[in-house]
Amino acid sequence: MRRRTRALALAVVAGLVAPLAACSSDDGPPTLTWYINPDDGGQAEIAKRCTDAANGAYRIETSILPRDASAQREQLARRLAAKDSSIDIMSLDPPFIPELAEPGFLAPIPQDVADKVSQDVVQGALDGATWKGKLVTVPFWANTQLLWYRKSVAEKAGLDPSKTPVTWKQIIDAAKDQSKFLAVQGTKAESLTVWINALVESAGGHILTNPEAPADELKLGLETDAGKAAAEVMGTIGKEGLGGPGLPTADEGASLTLFQGDKGSFMVNWPFVWSATNAAVEDGTLDKSLLDDIGWGLYPQVTEGTKSRPPYGGINLGIGAFSKHVDDSLKAAQCIVTPENQAYYFATNGNPPSNTKSYEDADVKKAFPMADVIRESLENAAPRPQTPYYNEVSLGLQETWHPPASVNPATTPKKSTDFITSVLRGEQLL
Amino acid sequence: MTAEVATAQTVEDAARPRRKVARSDRARSEARLGWLLAGPAFVVMLLVTLYPILQATYDSLFAYRLTAPDDKEFIGLRNYVEVLTDSVFVQALLVTLLIMVVSVVVELLLGFALALVMHRAITQLRGLLRTVILVPYGIITVVSAFAWFYAFDINSGFVNHWFSWLPFIDTDLNWFAQQGTSLFVIIASEIWKTTPFISLLLLAGLAQVPTELEEAAEVDGATWWQRMRKVVLPNMKAAIMVAVLFRALDAFRIFDNVFIMTNGANGTTVLSLLAYRTSIGRLEIGLGSAISVILFLCVLLICFIAIKLFKVNLAGARGES
Repeated sequence: MRRRTRALALAVVAGLVAPLAACSSDDGPPTLTWYINPDDGGQAEIAKRCTDAANGAYRIETSILPRDASAQREQLARRLAAKDSSIDIMSLDPPFIPELAEPGFLAPIPQDVADKVSQDVVQGALDGATWKGKLVTVPFWANTQLLWYRKSVAEKAGLDPSKTPVTWKQIIDAAKDQSKFLAVQGTKAESLTVWINALVESAGGHILTNPEAPADELKLGLETDAGKAAAEVMGTIGKEGLGGPGLPTADEGASLTLFQGDKGSFMVNWPFVWSATNAAVEDGTLDKSLLDDIGWGLYPQVTEGTKSRPPYGGINLGIGAFSKHVDDSLKAAQCIVTPENQAYYFATNGNPPSNTKSYEDADVKKAFPMADVIRESLENAAPRPQTPYYNEVSLGLQETWHPPASVNPATTPKKSTDFITSVLRGEQLL
Repeated sequence: MTAEVATAQTVEDAARPRRKVARSDRARSEARLGWLLAGPAFVVMLLVTLYPILQATYDSLFAYRLTAPDDKEFIGLRNYVEVLTDSVFVQALLVTLLIMVVSVVVELLLGFALALVMHRAITQLRGLLRTVILVPYGIITVVSAFAWFYAFDINSGFVNHWFSWLPFIDTDLNWFAQQGTSLFVIIASEIWKTTPFISLLLLAGLAQVPTELEEAAEVDGATWWQRMRKVVLPNMKAAIMVAVLFRALDAFRIFDNVFIMTNGANGTTVLSLLAYRTSIGRLEIGLGSAISVILFLCVLLICFIAIKLFKVNLAGARGES
């Protein structure tokens, strides 16, 4: 009886240990794990291409992060804080880079690699990949918002945004006169911060005036003419119902639906709207005449004659500081961001390249006739505040600038400044 | 004479020190088997619940941000003072209590009605009826939250179109843009999802009410309402209290519905969401742990009030009392 028990115990232990032994194999090339944001399969295809190009030096496997950018950040930050060595390469949303760079969660990018991956890269993407004057991530793709408009509405209003940049006041007046809706993102989420930041930057200000300072010394730049001008635009759209009844919950997808509808006029949104509308027309859910009626131009100006600072987004590649294969990961990252791979990614998945060379690709020009406007927009784009406390700043803005109808230039900037300051000082919950 | 002997015997019994009643071999081996079967689960439960509770309590005494591990500093109870004096916390607590009270009261009434239907249904229909009633409870909360969200969403929802004939609903109503309408959908979703749970517990209570008592009351001329009030309800008090306690604890910890539908917008933040946002979102482990510990203490308080003040007998629902 006892012998049988012992044999059973041995079998159980062997069963538990055998799979672990299989995992610890040191044979063969190292496998690099690339944590990616969900897409249409483009990053997995690039991983395959770079694995082939490595000629057996390494293999790249992808692992999918949550869909939401803040959930991606939460997962990566927690795993990096636990010194997770399985994270070799990460697709990172730019606003969260300082938070991971400051505590040393990202492996440093050697100068020679930094020089190489910075060549021909648009300024907005370089700014977003930098922390305290150093490139800490490899710029991959760079996103920006354009002004999308219905040609019929713009024509009636006497505007041609494709030739002359328009102002927020002009599109507000046009929508009001023609009883149309403006498609903007008013939901209490990151997209609201994106809008606030673009408005403040376009008005010549900054949400944070000293983003590299410690939490309790951070200073906000909202109680300025720029902050008030931003609040004026948002408050007017909210109060006058120009964003439609869905404005307080409108994200990028909802904005696109509004724009495609009968009351659509002008929309600020990322370039995915073009491929999404094309796909809908191909599927027969939207009429081809809608596609012909859509035009594009640079992001609206807050002050006439002053260049707008459009939103900047996208993905940069970070290398995990606790990875066992930092050198291979750096090589793999350089392969991932080649202009060819970026052009492929743009043409197939709709995510614009950070490398200007990719915009010369024939497939890109065919899929995105507005590619040159996107590149120009990226050169002017302003990153969101680059601080390790970005999450607090962003959530604090959402708390005080939502819903858009409640935004008042006389009170909101001060309320927002007081609230975010006390949260950063640890005096208030969020 | 007999009485005297009996009295003497009783006194003698009382004076003798109480000895443990000897158990039979069978009883002992059954007890041992019980421990063997339940023991591992008990140990695992201790590990997975006690360890995080102790860790959270310890962490709550520090100013500790996950991305700044070197700045970790012992601050005693300062996190608790900050949380308890914060207006955001007070509002979250009030919203949580509102959701708990409204959903438990409505669920209790609806659940009792459903339990009566299930109890009285004719035998052929009983199985089908119970299955149909239990379907919402079988759905994962996140899935049901998304279903309710998309039903009421101003872009994809059908509710505004189907019910636009009602005076307070029109196609432009954005349910998730104000506190009142947001809370209405959140509470309605809770009620839809968990009323079957309450009705099941109440059905067990109904089954314990002796039919003779009801029949006797009927013979005595009691009306349906009188039979309910004087016979049925008093006899199933234990089951009702257990149902209320379990659901109240469950509703107090509400998270999924709020997270999916509003993520706390328009004053709909609840305590669990506040703890999540602080610990997981802001990575403020110390402050977030303090909120979690307070949430845990609130749950304990609800248990205490129910068991001590309302004398809930947890074994009562199983008919052991």
